[in-house]
Amino acid sequence: MNKIPNRQAICEVLMEKVKEDKDIVVLCSDSRGSASLAPFAQAHPENFIETGIAEQNLVSIAAGLAKCGKKPFAASPACFLSTRSYEQCKVDVSYSNTNVTLIGISGGVSYGALGMSHHSAQDIAAMSAIPNMRVYLPSDRFQTAKLIEALLEDEKPAYVRVGRNPVEDIYTEENCPFEMDKATVLCEGTDVVLIACGEMVRPAYEASQILKEKGISATVLDMYCVKPLDRDGILKAVQNAKLVVTVEEHAPFGGMGSMVCQTVSANCPKKVVNLALPDAPVITGASKEVFDHYGLNAEGIAKTVEENL
Amino acid sequence: MANLKALSYDLRKNIVDMIVEGKGGHIGGDMSVVDTLIALYFGTMNIGPENQDDPLRDRFVMSKGHCVEALYAVLAAKGFFPIEEVIQNFSKFGSKYIGHPNNKLPGIEMNSGSLGHGLPVSVGMALAGKMDGKDYRVYTVMGDGELAEGSVWEGAMAAAHYKLDNLCAAVDRNRLQISGNTEDVMAHDDLHERFRSFGWNVIDVKDGNDVDQLIVAFAEAKDVKGKPTVVIANTIKGCGSAVMEDKAAWHHKVPTAEEYEQIMKDFAERKEAL
Repeated sequence: MNKIPNRQAICEVLMEKVKEDKDIVVLCSDSRGSASLAPFAQAHPENFIETGIAEQNLVSIAAGLAKCGKKPFAASPACFLSTRSYEQCKVDVSYSNTNVTLIGISGGVSYGALGMSHHSAQDIAAMSAIPNMRVYLPSDRFQTAKLIEALLEDEKPAYVRVGRNPVEDIYTEENCPFEMDKATVLCEGTDVVLIACGEMVRPAYEASQILKEKGISATVLDMYCVKPLDRDGILKAVQNAKLVVTVEEHAPFGGMGSMVCQTVSANCPKKVVNLALPDAPVITGASKEVFDHYGLNAEGIAKTVEENL
Repeated sequence: MANLKALSYDLRKNIVDMIVEGKGGHIGGDMSVVDTLIALYFGTMNIGPENQDDPLRDRFVMSKGHCVEALYAVLAAKGFFPIEEVIQNFSKFGSKYIGHPNNKLPGIEMNSGSLGHGLPVSVGMALAGKMDGKDYRVYTVMGDGELAEGSVWEGAMAAAHYKLDNLCAAVDRNRLQISGNTEDVMAHDDLHERFRSFGWNVIDVKDGNDVDQLIVAFAEAKDVKGKPTVVIANTIKGCGSAVMEDKAAWHHKVPTAEEYEQIMKDFAERKEAL
């Protein structure tokens, strides 16, 4: 079992890149530990800014830095970054078009039993609704590293959500196919297309294995790029499928599933089932218990496919 | 600096023309803040069309973005774009001269309009200057009503924490906001003490509609080391004509033909009296 969470993978990339690019700046809102960015702060204090528990300030300061040529990565719990700082993300980052990468850590229900205040089940909807904001939910540590490297290459705003806990590897260091804003095809089948993002990619892939044993063949798309959504990748995959199932750690409205529905219904209409968290505060528990409860696991996904095929 | 005082009346005329042509605008605040903008652009900052891409240029963020008409008038006077173009197009369909700062226009660094953003953004700009060892200065202008936004104080805290002596904020203290007197809406009478307690140097400008006094204050701020400075400019909302002066109703009002005539007459008389 992998023990490196995606947030740590981000830190490792930035630690490496800052050696050659002194414009990289990491900002935290008393969140350097939660973000796994303490080693960065310790090794590169001159490239690290602490804002204290002030998420709005975190984002505005990042925008100001970017406007003066810096490459800021503003990291804060996704729940606060996406909604408390929403105005700053919209105006100072997106509207002013500043080169800020917003890192939402402990996303979704990572904080488990801490309750709804600490869950970010609205961030995909909120961030995707902002023009000029890109939204990424990488699945494992290798893809996270590739994504951060790619984001360092451009100068546009982006929001990246990662979970708190280590997730099992999907790729390997040597084999992590990555094309910016293109979904990664994990396997190809003819009956059903499973489209997942973030921590839901692994269970979606495992569901395809369960289904395979039952004679149902599935395509699995790792849709780490929620916005811009890989429209062509979706249409190619769903063209001959009988069913599409989306899986995400997000509220049922306005997330990746809703966006897939828009794309499929307009271009290639067929049945799409969205698996997501409920439109309610989620049940108390660790994130795995929460996922199991709502069927956001391999068995639950496979069952949904069987029921809808 | 008599020429800058004369300029302030020419720009006031341009602002009113803009608002009449665009059928809307924040006229009262424009009139109170225009002298601060003139003092910054003509007597303080090293910024103009000739060096707008220079990494060493001073930075300005219009935090009270609703008074963009005053900013347009000053930027046009600096040569960033023609004033006729602004007056003809302000707020019109498809125009790039929209009702709040738009950084697709030359001379405008950041978009604003949502209050309480300018100071935190300026903190980021000033931090970047410190990190890079560049000695440009960063300026922002806030309204007094705006100071009720919590994000202003997050920024104020950070500016003092990081000892940003390259940052200077100005408060357009006209004592009126859309609903009435600031002291009735949300009191700020201890404003100086508030900023001091946050670790700031505070300079009070008795007549914030006097360009000379403002230039002196901004120059003084440059010499303060180890802390940011706030210049509190005591201004008159609607300054320039008795028709508008000190009246909350002129926060956002378009003059009638009759009022327009009187306002222009007042501007001309005051300019003449300089």
